[in-house]
Amino acid sequence: MPEQRKPPAGSASTDPPGSAPENVAVIDATTPQDDRPRGLRARHPLLVYIVVRLGVSVLLILGVTLITFILTNLVPSNPAASALGERASSDPAAVAAFNAKYGLDKPLPQQYVIYLSRLAQLDFGDSTQTHNPVAKDLGSAFPATAELALTALTIASVLGVGLGLWAALRQRKFVDQAVRVVSIIGISTPTFWLALIVYYLFFYKLGWFPSSGRLDPQFNPPKDHTGFYTIDALIAGRPKVFWNAVGHLILPASVLVLYTVGLLARFARTAVLDVLGSDYITAARAKGLSARRVTFGYILRGALLPILTVVGLTFGSLLSGAVLTETVFAWNGLGQYAFKAATTLDLQAIMGVGIVVGVTYIAINFVVDLLYGVIDPRVRNR
Amino acid sequence: MSESQQFPGAPIDLDKGVVTVSPATATSSTAAPACATDGIRISGLRLKIGTAQILDGVDLVAPAGQVTGVAGESGSGKTMTGMTILGLQPPTAQVSGSIRYDDRELVGLRERELNKLRGKHIAAIFQDPTASLHPMLSIGTQLTDHVRHHLKLSRREARERATELLEKVRVPEPRAALGKYPHQFSGGQLQRVAIASALACDPRMLIADEPTTALDVTVQAGILRLLRGLCDDLGIGIILVTHDLAVMSSLADTIAVMRHGKVVEFGSRYDVIRTPQHPYTRSLIDSLPDHQGVR
Amino acid sequence: MTEPLKAEFVAKRQLIRWPVAWRQPLTMIGLVIVAIWLVVAVFGVLLEPHDPLVGATPDRLLAPSAEHLFGTDSLGRDVLSRVIAGARVTLPLSILLVVLSMVIGTVLGALAGYFGKAVDEIIMRIADLVFAFPTIILAMVVTAALGPGLENAVLAILLVSWPQYARVTRSLVLGARNSEYVIANRLLGVGVVRSLTRDILPNIAAPILVLATLDFGNAVLLLSGLSFLGLGSVPPTPEWGAMVSDGVANFDSWWIATFPGLAILTIVMAFNFLGDSLRDALDPRSRRATTGRAV
Repeated sequence: MPEQRKPPAGSASTDPPGSAPENVAVIDATTPQDDRPRGLRARHPLLVYIVVRLGVSVLLILGVTLITFILTNLVPSNPAASALGERASSDPAAVAAFNAKYGLDKPLPQQYVIYLSRLAQLDFGDSTQTHNPVAKDLGSAFPATAELALTALTIASVLGVGLGLWAALRQRKFVDQAVRVVSIIGISTPTFWLALIVYYLFFYKLGWFPSSGRLDPQFNPPKDHTGFYTIDALIAGRPKVFWNAVGHLILPASVLVLYTVGLLARFARTAVLDVLGSDYITAARAKGLSARRVTFGYILRGALLPILTVVGLTFGSLLSGAVLTETVFAWNGLGQYAFKAATTLDLQAIMGVGIVVGVTYIAINFVVDLLYGVIDPRVRNR
Repeated sequence: MSESQQFPGAPIDLDKGVVTVSPATATSSTAAPACATDGIRISGLRLKIGTAQILDGVDLVAPAGQVTGVAGESGSGKTMTGMTILGLQPPTAQVSGSIRYDDRELVGLRERELNKLRGKHIAAIFQDPTASLHPMLSIGTQLTDHVRHHLKLSRREARERATELLEKVRVPEPRAALGKYPHQFSGGQLQRVAIASALACDPRMLIADEPTTALDVTVQAGILRLLRGLCDDLGIGIILVTHDLAVMSSLADTIAVMRHGKVVEFGSRYDVIRTPQHPYTRSLIDSLPDHQGVR
Repeated sequence: MTEPLKAEFVAKRQLIRWPVAWRQPLTMIGLVIVAIWLVVAVFGVLLEPHDPLVGATPDRLLAPSAEHLFGTDSLGRDVLSRVIAGARVTLPLSILLVVLSMVIGTVLGALAGYFGKAVDEIIMRIADLVFAFPTIILAMVVTAALGPGLENAVLAILLVSWPQYARVTRSLVLGARNSEYVIANRLLGVGVVRSLTRDILPNIAAPILVLATLDFGNAVLLLSGLSFLGLGSVPPTPEWGAMVSDGVANFDSWWIATFPGLAILTIVMAFNFLGDSLRDALDPRSRRATTGRAV
């Protein structure tokens, strides 16, 4: 164990001591290949990296639309019937007009192109439930979910990374096991149930926090700038609304934090432990740097990439969790909207939610990739 | 164990460590003056992890201005000895015995006190420079942060000093190198950077753990010459930990051979290589294909 | 003639180190809870104090008492009986789900890894697409398109859960395919199917089984989540997720949602405990490959 070392590539370190240096020479005689990138890649590595990642994201988004398109066409029922409702669908002229409008009388590939061009104009069809264009509904639901998910993500990341770092540095069996069990319980808890329990306890029984919704009924939502009530309230200079919005955020956000923090802590701990065992941390300590400097300048820096990856992934599970949590808290975001749409079989609305969430998820991963490029010098400049 | 141990007969020439003035100090007026040292004296060092006795009574003297080689195969405890000097043994390890640096006892020294010695008085370089330099921090940062910490230099002064150091260890275009990252260098260049970083605070002792093992043979010689130069010109005492007897015999003044956590043989390079007393040493030397490692 | 090769190949096979697995307290806790739930699922009919499907209107929303240990729901049905009956809904469906998605995913992943090129591209790009959605959202979209109902929910979950198996299997097959033993057997005329099923699969089965254990929890959560949203089971099926949603409508009767929720939590937790210790007991080389995905 103490003498364990990474065998350097092609060297004779595993040979018994005193083995012939000539051996080493033979093995190492292969000249190192020049695999340095040339051309554009060499001059603007970051730019090329970004363009490639962007291309992948665009392809994925196309794939997402393909899935929703196929699913929409999978539905055995007549789309005209479901979109127009009972009465209108009995009128053949209305059905024909509907089919012509959405190109449903054309072959499938052509329909897909029409579908895409409609999506490009942010036309997601109309909701049978709210009778609004789906795009409009999504426009008001999305910021609500984003506010909730981002709040939870921020709190969970700070808490989770902090806990993980602490657990890794303590290296105590007890702490280890505790982080492990808590993280497993966290991912094992049905979010919708946890939301209900939290709501019951802290609103209904204890009355510590306001009830469901995003604001108390006596407040009007602040003028819409970002769609985030907290930020909009600050912009509008209405502190009372701001604090009320914060109060309403606390419970649903806590549910999402409880759900993800254990997992984050665990991944952060593993990432930090990996870094702790590396030579460059030993080297940093051997330089006599203070524990603080080693921890924040070297250890966290080294663990940043895996932690970033996990934070990105966590956003995905937060979106899932939000869908299930919003229903309980009557938080009129994407989840609540999707829930209502699903229970009333409002297909256009559900597909709209699917596309928005899918695209958001892809966008988040793209941002994570970008941050990789910014943080990791090996990506930034080769 | 003790009867087979050969301590060098003649008292160690301590003068060597006192004479020289570090060029790095000479060029940088704000640097702390180099302090003379008697070197490191290890006696009866024991280290236990769980039930495993990793070090079982190590005795070793590493004076300044000399290269003291520690040889032995994997698991013999040679690397752990080097790490324990710096207090970098695993946190679960139980250490007893004595490591003296001048009049200071390093075993059981508090972390804060150790940090004052690490990097400033006793520095270290490691086997694989691609692993021992932080992949995400620039060379400039890694060459200056401990200088600023120990010597209280400003950012600019520290960068000046780093540039000079890189020049000393013959890294091409030192000023540009400061802005680069480890992955942009070859292994040999990186080891030079690592040496520069180790030398940055004018240490009196340098622990070199397999400094050439991960490098191409063509590059090895250059690094070995560099280390020898540090010892001869700057009077730094070097503890060279390696399994490679060929490297050992080309660099070390005295050699300690370790096995099973003990020093089984200790003597001048010539004596240990030419007339090994311990059967284990003999077998090590015999395993060299044609004894050509001895120069 | 490939015997020595085989020995070397099998030596590298990824196995669960059972002694390590048994030492973990989580293994035992997980096993005990799973065993209890299996007993409940099999002998549930004998344990139910009341009819899980029929209730009496005067018994609506009764708090827990000696007569109704877990209280009654909005239709006067005994919650305890429904929780017990729920095991007969959730467990078989989840087992079916995990087995099916494991088989589909493993086959597709093995094909992708073994044949590479176009096969690999097509399968893995489809997998990437599924990964582009948070699972519950995709499952929701699919169920909504197919129409609500347990069968469609199962189909939807199947659709979103095979890719993780495909990914892991593909990378494992890629590693095993290039081993000398497999190549030698192929050269000796062993067919593709035999090569995959006899030479490769047995050697990579352990990590896939560990993944399946971890995936079981995901299956239960997805299934109950869809039912909670009204997309899964149809009333009066005693499905745990649907029971929790009954609790949302009557949230001052805390017992309606609490007990089915605890049922979900315990069974998912038990499988995650098991899967987690098994992953720990897996040879470290493969540990990274099976990082399960959270719902």
